[in-house]
Amino acid sequence: MTWSEMQPLLEQASWDTLYMVGVSTLIAVVGGLPLGVLLVLTDRGGLLQNTVLNKVLGQIVNVARSMPFIILMVALMSFTRWITGTTIGVEAAIVPLSIGAIPFFARLVETAVREVDHGLVEAVQAMGGNTWTVVRKVLVPESLPSLISSATTTVVVLIGYSAMAGTVGAGGLGDIAIRYGYERFESGLMWITVGILAVVISVIQFAGDYAARSLSRRGRGSTVPRLRLLRAAAPAAGSVTVPAAEPAAEPSKAS
Amino acid sequence: MITTTGLTKVYRDRSRGRDVVALDGVDLHVREGEVYGVIGQSGAGKSSLIRCVNLLERPTSGTVTVDGLDLTALGGGRGPRAGQRLRAARSRIGMVFQHFNLLSSRTVRDNVELPLEILGVQGRERTRKALELLDLVGLADKAGSYPSQLSGGQKQRVGIARALAGDPKVLLSDEATSALDPETTRSILQLLRDLNRELGLTVLLITHEMDVVKQICDSAALMERGRIVESGTLDDLLATPGSELATALFPVSGEASGDDRTVVDITFHGDTAAQPVISQLSRTYNIDISILGAAMDTVGGKQVGRMRIELPGRFEDNVVPIGFLREQGLQVDVAGRPAAGSAAAESQLVKEGAK
Repeated sequence: MTWSEMQPLLEQASWDTLYMVGVSTLIAVVGGLPLGVLLVLTDRGGLLQNTVLNKVLGQIVNVARSMPFIILMVALMSFTRWITGTTIGVEAAIVPLSIGAIPFFARLVETAVREVDHGLVEAVQAMGGNTWTVVRKVLVPESLPSLISSATTTVVVLIGYSAMAGTVGAGGLGDIAIRYGYERFESGLMWITVGILAVVISVIQFAGDYAARSLSRRGRGSTVPRLRLLRAAAPAAGSVTVPAAEPAAEPSKAS
Repeated sequence: MITTTGLTKVYRDRSRGRDVVALDGVDLHVREGEVYGVIGQSGAGKSSLIRCVNLLERPTSGTVTVDGLDLTALGGGRGPRAGQRLRAARSRIGMVFQHFNLLSSRTVRDNVELPLEILGVQGRERTRKALELLDLVGLADKAGSYPSQLSGGQKQRVGIARALAGDPKVLLSDEATSALDPETTRSILQLLRDLNRELGLTVLLITHEMDVVKQICDSAALMERGRIVESGTLDDLLATPGSELATALFPVSGEASGDDRTVVDITFHGDTAAQPVISQLSRTYNIDISILGAAMDTVGGKQVGRMRIELPGRFEDNVVPIGFLREQGLQVDVAGRPAAGSAAAESQLVKEGAK
């Protein structure tokens, strides 16, 4: 196979993969975020404590999450037809991809939200905030760096899942690698798809990590050296250099 | 301003299947404009008490009234309306926390704006108010910083500014200085004192540090095992013989150097603090007095103190000098003798001695 033959194939497959993964990530976030938050809120000691609902949701998430994706895809076929009107093609693959990713992301959200200091929740309650305020102003913004990491992990997992979407004729990079690379012994094409996948995953992982890190280090990044300089200058210039009421203006290492 | 009656809180310990009584019928009365300190060891129920005052914890029984409003009657039923009234009441009660509880994702200014957002204050007015409050706590130049860039004391100042955003009449302080070093503690307490004076803010604070009570409180209560065992204004407490709080505020130590000695604790407050009683006593009765220990301090702008002195001879030999000390308006406790029970017998002895 020559490059001119491969190029349109690869181009189409790349777009298919990105489209499937992009749309299903979006749906997974929209569905998984509230589900994850709800799992925390309804848990014992939560703001909306409801043990029965919590158990039911938790069980659904567990079952959906432990189901092998290829089986989920086949099992959901009638549901997929009901939603999209077809069981083959890119649109048909998006349904099981999203359904597979929602519980996965929800569990990650649950873990991230649980990490938020309960004292912050209490502080907002003491100000007169209701549960919705707590979710909107505390739980989500405070866990945002972890939520972004979770979304990144979900995207990478979805790229893995999407390799199986070829089974329902959805195309994509994984499908190319199997149909051409494996079944027709076009090892050149296979290695190129492997390369493209590796690059895509690396870029997504890097972007996600970068975003999460820069958010979690808010106020810590570039200003730290400046404060060190201030402290170094303080003994020479007297207390004038430190304008605050407290003697030590050093950033605390806590939190 | 704050009144609790028969406040009881029982936690259910699921793992052991029995109930833990955190509050056992607490009656608290905080007058308007005063700084009231509740002191006790950890586990005494202080935290439960302060969290019941704004109903972060719902008391098992009893009532909480803040500024004439019975909070326990609000938000009792289900439904959005009931909860709404309680939340509105809460927004008029400021609260500061031991671990500051600032949102790390927001700047200092945005942290102070948070309660204003909840109150529905809009745009420029919100920013103006937040900057005004930061100015009040001396952090106007830190508005754009993140909490992680501040020291502990500065974080607590932000916490205080945030607590004042709803123009509260009452400020609850949950161990606000316990995570701070002594010097920062003093500056935060000074700030609370200033706010109390300038804004007429009623402050209810809980602490395990006697120094906090000594520095800013008008009144104090001692909690033990979910009950208030002693309470009152500091002046009254100091004037109460055998008061545990007064003893804890001004600890004096020192053992008698022999069997035939009498150890006497003297409490000075008000005008008596300025009198040279010890030298008068020594001269009048020609006795040698050893000072075993003494603590003098300024409480609420008045000099108060306790001193433990040793007189030669047994108690029976020293009835007259002790009577002299009492006549000077001092509060005298004789070590090793129950303060109240023997008072009658003691006065009998004093009379006999006078003859």
